[in-house]
Amino acid sequence: MSENTKQNYLNHPKGIMSWLLTLDHKRIGLMYLFSGILFFFLGGLLALVMRFELAAPGNDIISNEVYNNAYTLHGAIMIFLFIIPAIPGALGNILLPLMVGAKDVAFPRLNLASFYIYSFGALFAMYTIINGGVDTGWTFYTPYSTQSTSNVVPMTLGIFIIGFSSILTGLNFIATVHKMRIPGLTWYKLPLFVWALYGTSLVQITATPVLAITMVLLMLERFLGIGIFDPALGGDPVLYQHFFWFYSHPAVYIMILPAFGIISEIIPVHSRKKIWGYKFIAYSTLSIAFIGFLVWGHHMFTSGQSVFSQIVFSFITYFVGIPTGVKIFSWILTMYKGQVSFTPPMFYALAFLFLFTIGGLTGIFLGAVALDIHLHDTYFVVAHFHYVMQGGTIVAFLGGLHHWWPKSFGVMYNQTIANIAALGVFIGFNGTFFPQFLLGLRGMPRRYATYDEQFVELHSYSTFWSGILGISIFIAVMNLFWSFIKKNKVDPGSNPWGGMTLEWTHTSSPPHPHNFEEEPVLQHGPYDYDKVIVEKTYNK
Amino acid sequence: MEHHNPDSPSHLKHYFHDVNQQYETSKFAMWAFILTEVLTFAGLFVAYIVYRSWYPDMFVDAHKLLDVNKGLMNTIVLITSSLTMALAIWAIQKNNKKLSVLMLVATFIFALVFLGIKYLEYSHKFEVGQLPGEFYSYMGPDAVHLNNPHIFFSIYFIMTGLHGLHVAIGMGLIAWLIYSTQKGNLTSEYYTPMEMIGIFWHLVDLIWIYLFPLFYLIG
Repeated sequence: MSENTKQNYLNHPKGIMSWLLTLDHKRIGLMYLFSGILFFFLGGLLALVMRFELAAPGNDIISNEVYNNAYTLHGAIMIFLFIIPAIPGALGNILLPLMVGAKDVAFPRLNLASFYIYSFGALFAMYTIINGGVDTGWTFYTPYSTQSTSNVVPMTLGIFIIGFSSILTGLNFIATVHKMRIPGLTWYKLPLFVWALYGTSLVQITATPVLAITMVLLMLERFLGIGIFDPALGGDPVLYQHFFWFYSHPAVYIMILPAFGIISEIIPVHSRKKIWGYKFIAYSTLSIAFIGFLVWGHHMFTSGQSVFSQIVFSFITYFVGIPTGVKIFSWILTMYKGQVSFTPPMFYALAFLFLFTIGGLTGIFLGAVALDIHLHDTYFVVAHFHYVMQGGTIVAFLGGLHHWWPKSFGVMYNQTIANIAALGVFIGFNGTFFPQFLLGLRGMPRRYATYDEQFVELHSYSTFWSGILGISIFIAVMNLFWSFIKKNKVDPGSNPWGGMTLEWTHTSSPPHPHNFEEEPVLQHGPYDYDKVIVEKTYNK
Repeated sequence: MEHHNPDSPSHLKHYFHDVNQQYETSKFAMWAFILTEVLTFAGLFVAYIVYRSWYPDMFVDAHKLLDVNKGLMNTIVLITSSLTMALAIWAIQKNNKKLSVLMLVATFIFALVFLGIKYLEYSHKFEVGQLPGEFYSYMGPDAVHLNNPHIFFSIYFIMTGLHGLHVAIGMGLIAWLIYSTQKGNLTSEYYTPMEMIGIFWHLVDLIWIYLFPLFYLIG
């Protein structure tokens, strides 16, 4: 029996309009996925341009002005066009209703609207690029952002608009988790990816409005000179930083929580073992979401904070380490004595554990006031957040893509190439960013197109490996797309990895247009490998 | 491909089990949306707190430039509109279409009156130059001694402006409700949109209840 010839969400209904106006969460998810990948490549290209500029001191390829544009756009595109909207938008949209046994999200039309709002915001970002870029850094700090002659307004307007998309997706997901679960699927039987999306959505709906209002104030400051952030008019530029980080620190958790959720799915399935500490992982998600709101001041240790605030923010920052540590240990204990198979998703999950742990621990370094004052605005910070954002989130995203690719498209990719690419990502990533910790410790400041002779060795090393990293990611993604080509098509069956959640056990690959042929009945928990045997439908 | 059970009403979407689930979902999401609205304004309230604590005397003196009577009138108008909104929902629950439409029209008119009074206030401020930031030019005897009064007016215009925008959006929604109720789309069986827009309207009212004392009644 071939699954591919059956009616599924990819082949039914047909026609371009049935895609552009679709209310199907799976199709909307795919639209997010492909636009996200597009922006990921665009952002990645900018990163490589910067790395090659930094291969040697002096202005070799691009001028200082172009470099300023490149790092601003790299950050803004990666954060606001790829990581924040695309990961919940893509994997979250495709999987959330399937995982809770629903036919769709709570508000399908709102879901489509979110996608178009996101696209509309992205147009402003693209306009910014065509019109000569923006050079303030992705944080748009005042007073420079109110004075810069570059395209601050189109870019912030784009971010403002994308914020609404983020809020509406968050609302939709929260309502879906609360109200659309099938009978019997209680909170503690939810897959942990659902918990992660729930935590993410909570942060999205509570933090994003503050970003929106901050962007409005910034635009008003530019248009009307309202003076709120301008010391010459009695205002305070540091207030901008408070506003900005009140959103943007929780936004870090918008970016990492879905990654945690992906890892919590991959590890038990590919270790064929019940997840260790289910409730600990679930509640650590919520506590990270909560603590994330109380630590924004640690971005401002050098902005003239009182010593008292520094101590308080530093102290609370350490607390983030507790729930995060709980997760890491739970994942490791899940693998312990499990039947670990080294599939591509598992490779990415293991890479995640290494890279994210380094990223998390160096975050503790930076949370310590004395050390932060030394390391602030150096490459140490750059390395730290790339270990979290790329080593954490993007590696988990790639793992999730490989994990759910056969489910989403009903085809299996070449696993050997996928594993080699994953190894390339892991090595290339460490080669690129580990030297940057050392550069930062030795005083190399971030956001400069050139540097002193003493940094040449580490910089050229970092540039060399960034090429390997870029090629590896390119191969990984191309290998996935390669699986679409007719002669390569391999039917993975409905449950290639032997997963226990509803998207694996109760629907075909790719799923039915209405998700399930009939409403699923829950027979076991999401990770009951100790009680039930689930066969894999695909064996290499 | 959508197979509707002949027993299930036309307003029930196919991805819900029953009317109750659909209603509960809308209501839940609406409250979550209200939370985002509160946080949007919270950012501005923080700006208000910060600058009032920086310039306590200026805030007290600058607030005297506002027209308390117009502010009070607007407060009364908006609270009354909240009442008529609630009555419109009560009427539709009783299947009294005529009364419901009447109450919605009243709510719409009160909202219009609110914006009208606001327009009078704003235009006066524009005339005398009590404006945000760089545009501030008022030099009256009651203001010469003020330290950075344009900050007060920046915050005043942003907060009341954003609130006014909400009133205008609310009017659009209420106009749509008038149309749907008149057409018979909303009945005692199904009036979810009216209830949701009602919640939104009460929020708009509530924000004004905070804005009024914070701008017009300080000192």
